[in-house]
Amino acid sequence: MIVAASIVTPKIDWLALSPALALLAAAAICLLGAVLVPSGGRRIFSVTVAGAGFIVAGVLAAVVFDRTPQQHLLIAESMSRDRLAALTQVLVAGFGLAAVLVSWGDRRRDHVGEYYALLAAAGGGMAFFVSAGNLMTLFLGLEWFSISLYILVALDTHRKESLEAGLKYLIVGSFGSAILLFGSALTYGATGELGFNAIRIAKGADDPLFVAGMAMIIAGLAFKASAAPFHMWTPDVYEGAPTAVTAFMSAATKAVALVVTLRVLVTAFPEQAEIWSVAISVLAVVSLVIGNLAALAQKSVKRLLAYSSVSQAGFMLIAIAADNELGGKALLFYLIPYGAASIGAFAVVAARERELGREVTLGTLEGWGWERPFYGAARWVFMLGFAGFPFTGGMIGKFYVFSAAYEAGWWWLIVIGVIATALSVYYYLAVVRSMYMRPASARADLVVAGGSPPPDPALELAIGAAVVVTVGSFFFVQPLIDLATKAVASLPF
Amino acid sequence: MLTSLLIVLPLAGALVVWAAPLPREATAALAVLVALAEVALWIVTLVGFDFASPVLQNSAQHEWFGDLGVSYTVGFYGFSLWLAGLTVVVGAASIGFGAWVGRDRARAYYGLMLFLIGAVVGVFAAQDLLLFYVFFEAMLIPIYVLVGVWGGPNRISATVTFVIYTMAGSLLMLASIIVFGLSQGTFSLIDSGTSGNDWVFLGFLVAFAVKAPLLPFHGWLRAAYTEAPPEVAALLSGVVSKAAVYGLIWIVLRHFPGPVNSWRTVVLVLAAAGLVYGSVLAFRQPDVRGVVAYSSMGQMSLIVLGIFAADNLGLTGAILHSVSHGLVSAAMFLLAAMLIQRTGTDRFADLGGLAKGRPALATIVMVVGMLTLAVPGSANFAGEFSILAGVFTQGWGYAVVGAVAIVLAAMYTLRLISGVLHRDRDDAVQEESLDLRLGELALVVPLVAILLALSVWPASITERSFPGSAPVTSSSAASP
Repeated sequence: MIVAASIVTPKIDWLALSPALALLAAAAICLLGAVLVPSGGRRIFSVTVAGAGFIVAGVLAAVVFDRTPQQHLLIAESMSRDRLAALTQVLVAGFGLAAVLVSWGDRRRDHVGEYYALLAAAGGGMAFFVSAGNLMTLFLGLEWFSISLYILVALDTHRKESLEAGLKYLIVGSFGSAILLFGSALTYGATGELGFNAIRIAKGADDPLFVAGMAMIIAGLAFKASAAPFHMWTPDVYEGAPTAVTAFMSAATKAVALVVTLRVLVTAFPEQAEIWSVAISVLAVVSLVIGNLAALAQKSVKRLLAYSSVSQAGFMLIAIAADNELGGKALLFYLIPYGAASIGAFAVVAARERELGREVTLGTLEGWGWERPFYGAARWVFMLGFAGFPFTGGMIGKFYVFSAAYEAGWWWLIVIGVIATALSVYYYLAVVRSMYMRPASARADLVVAGGSPPPDPALELAIGAAVVVTVGSFFFVQPLIDLATKAVASLPF
Repeated sequence: MLTSLLIVLPLAGALVVWAAPLPREATAALAVLVALAEVALWIVTLVGFDFASPVLQNSAQHEWFGDLGVSYTVGFYGFSLWLAGLTVVVGAASIGFGAWVGRDRARAYYGLMLFLIGAVVGVFAAQDLLLFYVFFEAMLIPIYVLVGVWGGPNRISATVTFVIYTMAGSLLMLASIIVFGLSQGTFSLIDSGTSGNDWVFLGFLVAFAVKAPLLPFHGWLRAAYTEAPPEVAALLSGVVSKAAVYGLIWIVLRHFPGPVNSWRTVVLVLAAAGLVYGSVLAFRQPDVRGVVAYSSMGQMSLIVLGIFAADNLGLTGAILHSVSHGLVSAAMFLLAAMLIQRTGTDRFADLGGLAKGRPALATIVMVVGMLTLAVPGSANFAGEFSILAGVFTQGWGYAVVGAVAIVLAAMYTLRLISGVLHRDRDDAVQEESLDLRLGELALVVPLVAILLALSVWPASITERSFPGSAPVTSSSAASP
């Protein structure tokens, strides 16, 4: 359904846009609720609407996935209806739903409606972003979800750290967006085209501006994926943001940024693959080195997980650098256990945070695993999943990533990845070590304020689901890989 | 089917123990029951096993993910069935010991012990490289926690060192697995052919050299074996180290004939050096567990000598010695634990004179000691003899080193026996320190009984490990 260039009234494929629209609608209803619903029922109303929005978006994306065996370009080639976008939208919807569940127990008093509205809006922006078909919609989608996230990060206005994180994220993020925009402009200048497919066909690839534009697009997306050396904002923002927002960002933002990086590079710049695969593998190595070494030194669990997310981005960049179909599959598969473990890991942090009412460090976790066996066991699963141990999908993800690197002939990337994994085991196990192997601390400041904390079934549901996905993706590899294979088929490998 | 059951039963038992909110005694009873059921299941497998057939038996196969050629394929050959048998027997004794001393945090403890047993059985049964890696890595998690939570005062540094060593080795192996499997087009150990790539070979070799441990990779050994709870140390030295034996035989020897030949001298020299080094250090240790730890290193080096002897005699001797060393070192660690329970220490300086008035303890320690030093007629002697006869074909020097090490083994074992049982009674030994009790005898006597049975009939293993033309010998017989 490629529309001719002379657009008068482009035919709009509403189904393809429906996931983003569903989340936009949820955001609008939440905002209305913030005004119309009395404050007593506002939280339950917003949670219901936002949760329903993510569920509907996920279902619609699944329908799109099912009904789109071939890629279609929509609305003057500005959007792409394909399985890659649809599968990523399903993931985003899942992460968003989990984030809503994690947020439920976060008893914020003000901005309740706005919080869930922004969460849904960010999800909608991501759904739009992953189906971008040209550089304009790419930038539009990026700004759409980024602005929502800037506000979400700073929404805990009573906490200095939250405001600081919001400001940092805004400044660094805008910088990244500007670089992306500049790169898009250079690319447009060199080729005279905006659409990814059109750029591939256009002449002008020899132009140095073209390569510079590509490099800046990569850098702009790397900011969002928090790949080193564009990661400086990550630890501060992850630490300062409300933990549920951190959970959402670490899973969803990274997922869409990496998927879009893959799409842009493979669709628009296949001729330059020799250049960008080297660039991406350099980013991967730098991310692995910096993420892992910095994580070793962290005491705050949120900062530790932030650096771990930098190193995880490194692993996923290896899959992109491989520039083959196996790499695409590896990336999409990796995102499933990674996203689940990431949301789960931050959700467990949130649980402890709500008990203590202050920052969670390795020290304040001492002995907690024995007190709260469910959270403790879940923490085990997530840490082992990150580290790529058996019986978690993380191991299969790493296996696919390394296989893709081998197929591309990048055997030295496998070696670096392997060394990075060995390093990462130290700090991933440090978290469970403090929870189980140090004596339950006798420190008075670790006594839970006001007796045992209130039960939080929504949080436990989210953590349970994350555990199921992390472990399940180990046992049911074939169905997930089949989905990933179908999704990657929409890319011109 | 039986093989899958052997793997799944302890793993499922672990899940039940973790999930079911049973009181401590019930948890312990359940875990012991599962461990005994596992032994019974293994005996059923043994009875139905055709040792004359060289093909995979009791096999099961399921697709896991087809696009890279990875499947769930398990089954047993003669030699791996023996190693699995060692696992279930030592596992049952270790869990029994945990129940006897009444470990705290019972649900976590017994679940992890059962999980460990299931993972080790999985290692010996796996016929797919990635599946092998899964179980090989899965062993690490329970060991990490068991040492880190229930271990001695320096448990955390011991367990972290152990994990880092092992992870470094096994991740190199993962890289090798990926390269080997993708270049072969399948990860199946049955279908894949041979490779001449030295780097891939070294990845596997280092992983198993850490696990065994071979000489330069033994840094984790002393702390891990002494800080671990003794029954976990029994599993570690007796059983988990045998994963290296399986990997060296079934992956390295069979799939890398070329590199094995070109690196054979290096491995043999390292093994010979490790044998002497471990034995000398064992002679110098101040405590029972230190002696057993370093003797374990020496004996594992001896087994590696046998594996790399490129001779059927050495290889079958390696299997026999793996089983008998596994039983002996497990029994030794359990005995050390029983000593510590009585006296609070296992340092020779504080012990002595325990033989007087404690006939059961004295007899058992004496018998196990005699087996450790490989007194002629024992299963250990049969194993060592075949290994040395086998490695003699590679050069008389190795056999001489091995013979010297046997003398050293006699020295450190006799020092251990006299340090504990004889001499004058020292401060830590009280008049009222009990003899071995019935529960303790029930744990150790079966191990000793199996060892004595093997001593009478070592051919039960040596003639039932590699039937017919073993693929291992055919590939290594091509050596110059």
